[in-house]
Order: sequence, then structure tokens, then C-alpha cells
Amino acid sequence: MTPSSLPITAARTGLVRCHACHLLSRWKPPPSGGHLLCPRCGADLHLRKPDSMARAWALTLAAFILYIPANTLPIMTVVSMGHGEPDTILSGVRVLVAGGLWPLALLVFFASIVVPVLKLVALTYLLVSVRRKSRWRPRDRTVLYRITEAVGRWSMIDVFMISILVALVKLGAIATIEPGAGALAFAAVVVVTMFAAMSFDPRLIWDALENPNER
Amino acid sequence: MMNANSPAFPPAAADALVACHDCDLLYRKRPLREGEKARCGRCGALLYARKSNSIERALTLALAALILFGLANAFPLLDFQFQGRGQQSSVLSGVWELYAQGMWALAAVVFVASILAPLLKILALLYVLLPLRVGRRPWRMAWVFRWIETLHPWAMTEVYLLGVLVAFVKLSDIATIVPGVALYSFAALIVAMAATDAALEPEAIWERLETRR
Ligand SMILES: [Zn+2]
Ligand SMILES: [Zn+2]
Repeated sequence: MTPSSLPITAARTGLVRCHACHLLSRWKPPPSGGHLLCPRCGADLHLRKPDSMARAWALTLAAFILYIPANTLPIMTVVSMGHGEPDTILSGVRVLVAGGLWPLALLVFFASIVVPVLKLVALTYLLVSVRRKSRWRPRDRTVLYRITEAVGRWSMIDVFMISILVALVKLGAIATIEPGAGALAFAAVVVVTMFAAMSFDPRLIWDALENPNER
Repeated sequence: MMNANSPAFPPAAADALVACHDCDLLYRKRPLREGEKARCGRCGALLYARKSNSIERALTLALAALILFGLANAFPLLDFQFQGRGQQSSVLSGVWELYAQGMWALAAVVFVASILAPLLKILALLYVLLPLRVGRRPWRMAWVFRWIETLHPWAMTEVYLLGVLVAFVKLSDIATIVPGVALYSFAALIVAMAATDAALEPEAIWERLETRR
């Protein structure tokens, strides 16, 4: 059901929505260094997430940089008879394909390779479009944001898999599995992009529609 | 640090209006029937929903989740057997082994996502819901309830289970892998946590807090 909307945003009306309990309060800029607090739940009130663009940009760039070691360094090494065989994110998928484990290969390929790349591309696109005050398809861009925010966590499959393998395969000289630096970089990409998506404020997409005269 | 309370917006008006989370458009609230959801016509975001027996159902499910969480962590996930040698692994032993091999940061990420965040989320829910069920308001309820939303994205129980399944399939070629009690508990825990989230109606809980005007 869609209730009747007023043709105006809360910010334009001088109202601010509490991010935690969703109560509307009258907005007044807090004194410098001070906070405006929600009268119901005590959370900090902001018209838009603070420093949304700067934070999201910084975290997205950091994720791009971390993405390189995450894919080039080994995520784990299988040591068997004193001989080590390093695995990267990509070679892990290749092993699954070679073993004929198609559904699993697809799952890992999607979670570990497609999702991180799409997430970085989507975040960059959203940030550029907001910076350029784009008025193009705001609803679709909001949906893109929601997807970006929701799928990020699924990339952690590989990291959890490594924690299980490392604890299980402890056969001394026969075989052991050691975690690699790539796994740490990969986990960092996931965590940093999650923070980037959280810092981004989707209302900025719609703010570009606010002043039809100025462009 | 200076604090200022926002000038109270007339209560009747504040309760009558709602702003969209994703596009900030204002709406006049309309009462919903049970099970109904109100969505933003401009961007499609959920504005508010009404659920039946929200507190009671969420409380029951959260209690079930706590028990399942205990089982999922007390028992082994997988049992690995290779040429007469065996090794079991639990959620905690996975974390411990990463730490023991010098990857403390990775161990911390796995610990938070698989143990700490889900546990804190369940405990925080019980802390808020149990007293509300008997008509009392828990101490610092707003602060605790805000934390539940913060913890939500970091509790990755369902992703963790997929990680375990990938490990299971990868190893079952070369060794005998027996799923443990914790694996089934984990699957049930995911269902219980998702059902708790679905039963919970945050608006109904926030409305229990009277506004300081
Ligand atoms: Zn609030
Ligand atoms: Zn909206």
C-alpha cells in the first residue's frame, strides 16, 4: 500500500528523520561541535549522513587498492609432504570447475568475484552520478544502492571456508592448510565496501531533483 | 561536548507524518491492517509495516535462536577422517586456528561475523523484548535497541553456513567428512533469526518510548 505523499521532502519542510527510531523532529543546525539529539531515542540527528560523499569516496578508493592484493596473493596454501600449493581466489574457483562441482563453482564465482567487482563499480557510479547532480532514473539508482548494500556480506563465503579448512586439515606432515595474506586483504575489501555502502546516503540521489531551476 | 535536544515537533504532527528512509519524501501516516506494509511510491522503500503479536512472536523466536546458537557453538560442525586420523572443527576452533597461525585480524573478522555479532543481537533483542512482554521498560532501552540495527549487517550466520558447505564439498573428495550436530543447529539458527527479524515491528517498540519534550 502507498499512503498519500506530500509533494515535498522532510528536509525541505525543515524536518529531520531520526536514523534510528524514525521520529520526525524540527531541524535546527546544532552549535559548532554540538549535537542535535532525537527527543525520543537520543540518537544524533543529521539531515543527511555526515560527510557522506567524502567518506564513501575514501572507503571505495581504499577498497579498490585492497582489491589488488586480495586477488593476487594466495588466500591459503595447502602444504602436503613439505610441498606447498598456494590458492588464490580465482584458482579456488578453477579447482571447483576442474572437479566438476559446477553449482558450487558458480556460487563461489558469483560471491567472490562478481559481487566485489559489481559492488565497487556500483559505488563508483553512484558517487559520480551524485557528484554530477544527475537527474537520470533516481528510482533505479536507489534500487542499485539497495542491492549493493544487501549483497556485500555474501562475499565472505571464502573467508569462512578458509577458517574451517585451516581447523580441519591438520595432518602434520601429510597435509596442512595455512591461511594466506590474500584472505586478509579479501576480508578487508568486503568490510571496507560494507562501510562505504553504509556511509553513502541514498537521499543525495533525490536531492538533485529538489531545485528544478538550478542545474 | 554540547548537546541540544531538537525542539519538540508537535506530537500529533510527528506521529502523523513519516519520511522515506531512502528519498526523504514526506507521507501522511495511515493506519494499516495487520500484515500490511506501506511503501514509498517514489522510490519503493518500506515506510512502515504492521505485524500481529509482534513482541510476543519475536520474543519466542529470539529465545529459540539463543538455544540454537548455544548448540551451534557447543558441538562440532564437521568431523574430518583421513586414513584413520580424525579432526573435528567447531566455529570457535576455526577462529582459534587462524589466531594461532598469526592471522589475528582475520580471526577477529570471523569471530565478529560468526559468533559475537549474532550472539549480541540475540541477547539485545531478549533484553528489550522480555521486559516489554511483561509490561516493563528495560533500562537504557533506546540505546540497546539502536545497537540491534547496527549489529545486523555484521551478523553473517547464513553466509558462514555457506562457507562451511563449500569446505565440506571441497574436502569430501579426499577424505571422509561427517556433518556434526552444530551444522544442523546452524541451519535452524538461520531460520530462527530470519523469522525473528520478520516478526519484529520496530515502530511498535519505539512507540513504547515516550518522547522527552
Ligand atoms: Zn530517534
Ligand atoms: Zn522513498
